[in-house]
Amino acid sequence: MSNQKILELKDIKREFRMGSEIVRALKGVTFDVTAGEFVTIMGSSGSGKTTLLNTLGCLDKPSEGTYLLDGVDIKKLGRNELAKLRNLKIGFVFQAYNLLPRTSALENVELPLMYNPEISSKERKERAIKALEAVNLGDRLDHTPNQLSGGQQQRVAIARALVNEPVMILADEATGNLDSRSSYSIMALFQELNARGKTIVFVTHEPDIASFSSRTIMLKDGRVMKDSPNENRKYAKEVLAALPKSDDY
Amino acid sequence: MSFFNLLRIALKALQRNKLRAFLTMLGIIIGVASVIAMVAIGQGSKQSIQQALSGMGSNMIIIRPNSNISAGARLDASAVQTLTLDDVKALQKQAPHLSAVTPLASAKGQAIYGNNNWPTTIQGVNPQYLDVIRQWPLKDGISFTDRDVQSQNKVCLLGQTVITNLFPNGESPIGKYIRFGKVPMLVIGTLTAKGESAFGQDQDDVILAPFTTVQRRILSTIYLQNIYASALDENSTTAASDEISDILRTTHRLKSTDEDDFAVRTMQELINTFSSTSQLLTILLAVISGISLLVGGIGIMNIMYVSVTERTKEIGLRMSIGARGMDILLQFLTEAILISITGGIIGVILGITSARLVTVFLSWPTLVTEYSILLSFLVCFITGVFFGYYPAQKASRLDPIEALRYE
Repeated sequence: MSNQKILELKDIKREFRMGSEIVRALKGVTFDVTAGEFVTIMGSSGSGKTTLLNTLGCLDKPSEGTYLLDGVDIKKLGRNELAKLRNLKIGFVFQAYNLLPRTSALENVELPLMYNPEISSKERKERAIKALEAVNLGDRLDHTPNQLSGGQQQRVAIARALVNEPVMILADEATGNLDSRSSYSIMALFQELNARGKTIVFVTHEPDIASFSSRTIMLKDGRVMKDSPNENRKYAKEVLAALPKSDDY
Repeated sequence: MSFFNLLRIALKALQRNKLRAFLTMLGIIIGVASVIAMVAIGQGSKQSIQQALSGMGSNMIIIRPNSNISAGARLDASAVQTLTLDDVKALQKQAPHLSAVTPLASAKGQAIYGNNNWPTTIQGVNPQYLDVIRQWPLKDGISFTDRDVQSQNKVCLLGQTVITNLFPNGESPIGKYIRFGKVPMLVIGTLTAKGESAFGQDQDDVILAPFTTVQRRILSTIYLQNIYASALDENSTTAASDEISDILRTTHRLKSTDEDDFAVRTMQELINTFSSTSQLLTILLAVISGISLLVGGIGIMNIMYVSVTERTKEIGLRMSIGARGMDILLQFLTEAILISITGGIIGVILGITSARLVTVFLSWPTLVTEYSILLSFLVCFITGVFFGYYPAQKASRLDPIEALRYE
């Protein structure tokens, strides 16, 4: 694992104008993420979590401060260049999965590659199959979202995030809609991906989920309150194995 | 994103809402079908009117000698004899807008067969008078030929009024000899009934003969009463009559200060009526087609707006994984164009079919022209682009953050 910096945030501020009032969602956030880290960003509602996530995902630009993603300063980029950056460098995983309905798992995973003109349809398909195999869904290629369980849908979403081989996977409450068994299984998958070298930034408000990561950043009131490595990191696979076999609740 | 992928996504989106896509198309389908069918009916009736008009000789041009001044007194036109066979020959050679020219010599007199007789007119013409200028088919027998004209043969064709008066018992006049005045003539053919002319004359009360026969054997003159000509079509009538004036002024050696010693008459009034009617019809059809396609287009726009709102989350997702605004715009535009073009194709098929049905069941003449099909397609495409653009633009300008959170 190299020490290459994937994210560099320096004094990020973000203000919104709501009528005559100015809401300051981020009041100067500074931290770096190096390649191969599994970072959890935690915070209660209104702490600026979502705004930070949007900034990290290049969906929003900071009002002040610099944000380098894989060495690229996003402040200088236009709408279309940001779209390209998202396409090539970031894999999103959302709380509500956001799969296209009535579209097969394979086609859902192919989607990011569709917006990359350099990839042929043959390569697109091969890579999508590989990504689905990596999340253990190699046998569900033709299933549509409504034929899959929540956990499986989230796996498809993770495969979609992986398919472009991004420098970072950005997960927004990725286990928020799942029961605990599926959550652990998803976390196990994230840990597995992390072990293979993927950088993961995970936004959550559940301390339980945060304990699976290697580092936790606590946000409060638009500022970083705590930024520390996790001392006793848990392994989702072990937790999963420890769960009672038949949980009828 | 490649065009093929855009098309695939659009097809898929339409498939997801088949009924809605079809109902949206219905506006376009009905619009295009009615345009095609109506234009077909319009063109069909235009064609049949055109045929009826040229049957009346709408492109016919009549040249008469004009009144002239002789020793200060204006002379009656009938007393003036200025047109000669040389004029006819000059016109035949030099006028490219004319399809046929014939001299016309006419004489009034008594036609006699057995103990029946009838006062009528004999007209001496060229063979072309019948088929090109008047488009007057024979009912029976044969027409005379150029050879008959050359050798002044005493043959003739009888109009229906003459036949009923000379042959009241219904026997066939063909092969019989009648007399016109003192000249015996062999009947070789009969003319179909043509009815009254626009001027109230009985057009069937006529005997047609080679013009040399009438000119030499009956009238004994070298001058002609009239020259009849036929323009290539209705539209070139004006050009043709100008041409005739020029040629005749030259052959008659008139100075630029001299008045014409002839008069050129066209069926301009008839043509004007006809062209203004067909123009009105065309404008009417254009307006109707415009309105129906406008309504169809508004339907597309409406549904596309609904579709954009409905798929806000999808748009947000696509943007978050790297779709540019242009990709989203093209996606929705393709969908709108696909609806309008598919509607157009179905509409054209339906329009042609209903035009056929109108012909079969109502026996109205219809004519489906390529240009109406082409035009409908073009208008459909433009409708798709025009009415699809604004919803697509709205989609492309969405903020991905808000779109993702849209419920």
